[in-house]
Amino acid sequence: MAATLYDKIWHEHVVREYDDGSVLLYVDRHLLHEVTSPQAFEGLRLAGRRVRRPDLVLATVDHNVPTRHRDSVSDPVAAEQIAALQRNAKEYGIRYLGLSHPEQGIVHVVGPELGFTLPGTTIVCGDSHTSTHGAFGALAFGIGTSEVEHVLATQTIRIRKSQTFRVRFVGRLPAGVTAKDMILYFIGLVGPAGGTGFVLEFCGDPIRALSMEERMTVCNMSIEAGARAGLIAPDKVTFDYIAADDRPFAPRGRALHEAISRWEKLVSDYDAQFDREMELNIASLEPQVTWGTSPGMVTGISGKVPEPEEVEHFSADDVAKSLTYARLKPGQKMVDIPIDVVFLGSCTNGRLTDLRIAAEILKGKKISPHVRMIVVPGSERIRRHAEQMGLDKIFREAGAEWRHAGCSMCLAMNEDRLDPGQRCASTTNRNFESRQGHDSITHLVSPATAAASAIAGHLSDPREYFT
Amino acid sequence: MQPFVKCRGKLAVLYRANIDTDQIIPKQFLKSVARTGYGENLFFEWRYDASGRPDPSFVLNRPEYDKATILVAGNNFGCGSSREHAVWALMQFGFRAVVAPWKEESPGKRIPAFADIFRSNSTRNGLLTIELTTDEVQWLVSQDRKYGPLEATVDLVSQTITVQGTPRETFHFEIPPDDKKMLLQGLDHIDTTLKDLGEIERFERKHNVQMPTADKSPGL
Repeated sequence: MAATLYDKIWHEHVVREYDDGSVLLYVDRHLLHEVTSPQAFEGLRLAGRRVRRPDLVLATVDHNVPTRHRDSVSDPVAAEQIAALQRNAKEYGIRYLGLSHPEQGIVHVVGPELGFTLPGTTIVCGDSHTSTHGAFGALAFGIGTSEVEHVLATQTIRIRKSQTFRVRFVGRLPAGVTAKDMILYFIGLVGPAGGTGFVLEFCGDPIRALSMEERMTVCNMSIEAGARAGLIAPDKVTFDYIAADDRPFAPRGRALHEAISRWEKLVSDYDAQFDREMELNIASLEPQVTWGTSPGMVTGISGKVPEPEEVEHFSADDVAKSLTYARLKPGQKMVDIPIDVVFLGSCTNGRLTDLRIAAEILKGKKISPHVRMIVVPGSERIRRHAEQMGLDKIFREAGAEWRHAGCSMCLAMNEDRLDPGQRCASTTNRNFESRQGHDSITHLVSPATAAASAIAGHLSDPREYFT
Repeated sequence: MQPFVKCRGKLAVLYRANIDTDQIIPKQFLKSVARTGYGENLFFEWRYDASGRPDPSFVLNRPEYDKATILVAGNNFGCGSSREHAVWALMQFGFRAVVAPWKEESPGKRIPAFADIFRSNSTRNGLLTIELTTDEVQWLVSQDRKYGPLEATVDLVSQTITVQGTPRETFHFEIPPDDKKMLLQGLDHIDTTLKDLGEIERFERKHNVQMPTADKSPGL
């Protein structure tokens, strides 16, 4: 029978089926961070259980870590949480990338960098943006802490199968428009719950034309459409990425060769049936920017703040509440909205190509004097590579701050946060109320739009830099 | 985990769509390594003003909704972050169930009431998520506006929620059989799964041949 990519990976990992419709699914890779794991380890300890396969687990610290320096964590509660992960990793024999480790970074950035993320695998993590790893043709999804404990104890997860949703992009992506704009556009069309219950498969020539880093941006925000996972079938771009130097967990030599011949079969059959399909033409797509408090509240950069009654997927009441929160009025042009802060980073857009596209725009220029810009690389490896390329110098000379790796202002759990009323053009994934700090306002944008906006001092169209 | 069979209690109405887990429990409270202590910070940003005083207009601060055990919310409840702390906060505040509407966006396109990860986290802690139709939830909201707090009985065995008063209304809800079983029995899933340890080991022997292992990791 014809099978989708999701069907194929699923089928390979079913340990057993239960008569209530759920299955026991094997987990190939388990990623841990400090925020959602301590209670899982505590549960193991109380029940006297062990970690079944510590060799399949990788832990790092990212949510709580300071980005100004690597000396110490000044917040004692955060420091204790980080210390707890370190202790748990040591006690249970789990690889741990601590604060001073040269490979520390955001869990969804370091997994792929180290070759831990591989096509055809199942990957879980107590973090909703685990969908990122789907860019490799891995079935990757976020789980809660109880499930983290279950995976630690059994290396499996008990789960029901999702429906499938094929998202086909057509047309050529215009210059200055990026993978971030593609996924924001999709979320706007389908709504913040349009993907709930589905695993997405992104396909089409524009997806094939993306680098691995850009594909990760697309899959990363699957969850913002409600989908637990997003998939992209692996191809030569994927295999070349994995074959690159410095991926210590990836197979090498003959093993890599054999793996690639298996990975080449990881495609949906031409006659496979999907539960839902959608086609998006991006030939005239504009840079996208959010105006509200849901990632689905999005428009083109040349657009305006909408009237409450005219937004698909949202009630007039919900839109009105969002606009009040965001201090915006219907009819305002997006490019007229002044900003206070620009944040470049996160598991969505903190990779080297993201930093490079922003640096190209900022090179030889200054950011607006009333704007503060913070650049937080997704990993310490990216930080080193960016410094070798001189990107840090470009950012500093433009007036931006250059930091160490972490989640930082994406969720503002560490010291990096907005003040009440501050407005930020942010390359992150969520514009929820108070996400970046109490009573702060977030506009989700691409790294190119972030850089152009930093120079202009208001939301701004980056395409003028690409003509 | 705490089983869920039946509960009777007051309904608190917070009828907004897309209530995300950042609103349910904000990040500043996720630094704890404990499983408890989250209830007092449930809906922190909406519940307290800038100086930390309870906002008297917020539903959970209104005396007539004191000790509510069933929350009525809008579509796509629990979207966003996977933090299980959101479920812990709701339960530690005193909620045993959340009611939200699924909606039909166009014929055949059904948008579930709850976000996926939130729903799974709820089930694993004994918090029941109840999906009703938009009309049914709007009826609850309008009754609440007219008469003040409603009382209801939720019965998981018969999959019903019965609102007291005149007229008495009973709504039926659907729930996947595996979730129902887990909630009714309050099962520890790990125990259940470990009974299949033999199958897991058998699976690994055949699977690991195909899957490059992660244990070759020089320098890490």
